[in-house]
Amino acid sequence: MSMNFLRLFSGRNASAPVARERLQILLAHERGLLGQADLVTTLREEILAVVSRHVVLDPDKVTVKLDRGKTVTTLEVDIQVPNGFERTNAATDKRLAYT
Amino acid sequence: MAKVLVVTSGKGGVGKTTTTAALGAALAQNGGNVVVVDFDVGLRNLDLVMGAERRVVFDLINVVQGVAKLPQALIRDKRLENLWLLPASQTRDKDALTDEGIGGVIAELRTKFDWIVCDSPAGIERGATLAMRYADEAVIVTNPEVSSVRDSDRIIGMLDSKTVRAEKGERVAKHILITRYDAMRAARGEMLTIEDILEILAIPLLGIIPESQDVLRASNVGSPVTLNNAASAPARAYFDAARRLMGEHIAMTVPVERKGLMDRLLGRRAA
Repeated sequence: MSMNFLRLFSGRNASAPVARERLQILLAHERGLLGQADLVTTLREEILAVVSRHVVLDPDKVTVKLDRGKTVTTLEVDIQVPNGFERTNAATDKRLAYT
Repeated sequence: MAKVLVVTSGKGGVGKTTTTAALGAALAQNGGNVVVVDFDVGLRNLDLVMGAERRVVFDLINVVQGVAKLPQALIRDKRLENLWLLPASQTRDKDALTDEGIGGVIAELRTKFDWIVCDSPAGIERGATLAMRYADEAVIVTNPEVSSVRDSDRIIGMLDSKTVRAEKGERVAKHILITRYDAMRAARGEMLTIEDILEILAIPLLGIIPESQDVLRASNVGSPVTLNNAASAPARAYFDAARRLMGEHIAMTVPVERKGLMDRLLGRRAA
């Protein structure tokens, strides 16, 4: 009863609703981000594995980015492939280069 | 069967150690064989809150490293014969804790106790992850305050991914314990309400511990609040929470301070 009575006076001093709203927005974002971190790692590893079957790659030159927009999310995959990239050729080239 | 319970929060200063001591003692007062384990290596305080700071000889790290046997490191409470403390090391750092080492200690504790209550350090690093690693259940201590709720959310995510149970595809039972709650301030809209917190975190409520000077007074004298003043508002809230952990259904209330007539007449705050 006293609680309802006090609510009458809550008006301007009530900062709790602001706290609640800020938290809801923040946590929705953070939960997404934390879930994403694993997704991006998995995608990166699997893309790397598939492409490496056919092309010699420097794993450091592969970037996978996930940008979350308001309506769509963009998955950006950037793979730098050296010239003369066919697996056998590239492998041979590399061996020659080192000798 | 033994239950491993981790008391955790992410944020510091919300009442993990107070809660570990109070819940541990309450479970023991209800007849369980209880050990409270301090995981805050380098900054131990559970010994102080339990009033056993001068009786520490060996600690958790000594046991993990095989320097001492578990029974040598366990300290029996002076007030309750079925309540024990396993202190943390004050001089070593948290890197001395290993996953296998802790696993071994927890397995041995499971053979001796009904309840193993692990007091987690603040943060999300090694000490905190190892404290929750072998947990069956978790008490997430949260203050009605934005930073505490945010950190609790993060810890809930870790309980769902980094524990042994999570890795086996099982569930760690999670409970929210709201501490330092002031019903008047919540009603005035100055403090997040219980409903706000539960809706945001989406975890069932274990109890509501009211803001009270009895908590500080109990830690000043080195006694869990449930032992120091069992009739006080926070102690009654902790007793209810302990019985809910034991599986009893108890209506959720916020215990209030009992003010004396003189206090009311003089307008004194309940102390």
